[in-house]
Amino acid sequence: MDTIRLLGTGVLLHAKQMSRSPLEIVISLVDPLVYATLAVYLFRAGDEPHAVIEAAIGAGMMAVWVSVLFGSGGAIQKQRFQGTLELLMLAPRRPVVCFLPITIATAVVGVYGLLATLLWGVVVFGMPLDIADPAAFVIAVVGVVASLGMMGLLLASLFIMLPNANALANTLSYPIWMLSGMLLSLSVLPGWTTPLSNALPTTWGARAVREAAEGGAVWPSLAAAVGLGLLCLAIGAVAMTRMERRARVAATLSLA
Amino acid sequence: MVIAMTDLAIKAEGLRRTYRSRNGWLKPSWRHTEAVRGISLEIERGELFGLLGPNGAGKTTTIKMLTTLLLPTSGSARVAGFDVVQDTREVRKRVGYVFGGDRGLYDRLSGLDNLRYFAELYAVPAREQRTRIAELLELVGLTGREREKVEGYSRGMRQRLHLARGLLHRPEVLFLDEPSIGVDPVGARELRRTVADLASSGTTVLLTTHYMAEAEELCGRIAVIADGAIQQIGTAEELKHRTDGRRVLTAEVFGASEADLDRIRLLPSVHGVTVEDRGLSQIVTVQSAVGTDIEPQVREALTGIRVGRIDKREPSLEDAYIAIVTGVDRDADERTGGTAGVPG
Repeated sequence: MDTIRLLGTGVLLHAKQMSRSPLEIVISLVDPLVYATLAVYLFRAGDEPHAVIEAAIGAGMMAVWVSVLFGSGGAIQKQRFQGTLELLMLAPRRPVVCFLPITIATAVVGVYGLLATLLWGVVVFGMPLDIADPAAFVIAVVGVVASLGMMGLLLASLFIMLPNANALANTLSYPIWMLSGMLLSLSVLPGWTTPLSNALPTTWGARAVREAAEGGAVWPSLAAAVGLGLLCLAIGAVAMTRMERRARVAATLSLA
Repeated sequence: MVIAMTDLAIKAEGLRRTYRSRNGWLKPSWRHTEAVRGISLEIERGELFGLLGPNGAGKTTTIKMLTTLLLPTSGSARVAGFDVVQDTREVRKRVGYVFGGDRGLYDRLSGLDNLRYFAELYAVPAREQRTRIAELLELVGLTGREREKVEGYSRGMRQRLHLARGLLHRPEVLFLDEPSIGVDPVGARELRRTVADLASSGTTVLLTTHYMAEAEELCGRIAVIADGAIQQIGTAEELKHRTDGRRVLTAEVFGASEADLDRIRLLPSVHGVTVEDRGLSQIVTVQSAVGTDIEPQVREALTGIRVGRIDKREPSLEDAYIAIVTGVDRDADERTGGTAGVPG
């Protein structure tokens, strides 16, 4: 119960902390407009109104992924810079419980990008917003947040061991957009990419949200997204514990 | 003094910590720096203990080993009865860690949100959180300001919030690492009063500070740490014995060079010389044998230099501290074959 309270409070407060950053605010205003523009013009809104909502959701999911990739990938570095990393580690909790709220919060902030992309599509380009199953859509988005938050934890634990994590993060945005079917349909990719796509929680998460919007079998995709997310969580939890031990040996918890 | 283990809040034996840093990628070379060289320490429950030392002496490294943030290279330590390497989580439940400076808080959240979050992290029971936070806000004088964002807090307010954060889970042992750094005199006085109250209510406090008056006012016992080892330990009065038989002369000078100071150091009855830069002027402090009027010799050594006010006085804790620390520096330099360095 304690852990659930910590996760809830932690997600809420970290999302609050992140969403108040002036840089985040500017990015949140501008990026979704770009994504919505991409969605509308790539899929030629006038001729294929149904494809536009699919594209807009894909574009919105791109925003969620970017938030998770940069937010979670840099989570530990950011905490270190703020001087809060030592205080998180000093808590009598498992490291995974201290960091999961941060990475889930990055996905929550990313959902703003998803919603803003849809909103821009409607307001600026007159995109029809027909959600086939609104309840399933909300559940799918919540599931995607949890799944990508757990994937973010794995990223956070892996990136901390790499000195040039930011450079790697930059190179990971487009490949995941493409492999997850956010930027373009998976059917246009070569066959050898299919196993890679299937191994990514982002692929199944994007599919679940799209199916909820268009009407389709949401739950198998959502289950796959959450299942893969849980796998990331398990690996990330082990990596976090090892990272903490290594940091105590190498004295890398603080900047000083 | 032999203390039973059950009465000890902290017991360290031969703690050592070596940092390893790498230079270069293709042909990496490793540099080893011994930050702490075998510290042994016993602190009783409820004691307010001071750790004094210059920058880089090993104070923060020692605290980080005792709070489980760093693993010792060798040696052992128990805090609140638990081993800092084996029983990490038990130690963490029982210690609070507060450091000085601007960092360590979520700036874009309010003071209250910061405390709520850390209360969850440090497993303060949900039913107690509201009253505990209100109690601590009152204790540190932030009641009424708790809903403001931390980024708008003054340095003193941040420091008080840090202290409240460190006390949320009622730690048995509180580590305060230079908590009054950068805090204005009034804020520092309030902080000292709070720390003294905590100790009188039974919390063990280990305090590191650069401020001698703070250490003298608060701490029952003080350890002076330099060059990674404890050089002397005792009450402030006991430490002052280090300067028994000495007098102190302070001179305000303008433009004294290292060569001028060396001339003073070579005077027969001089035990130590330190200099503090104060913009245009420097304050030179000379410790000399009692019964010798060193002033004429100092003036002669400073011939050609403008000399302002000269005072003579009994040695203080600060002088004792300087005597201990400069003695260590000289020994270290002799070991490494360098010239004697005296901190400014």
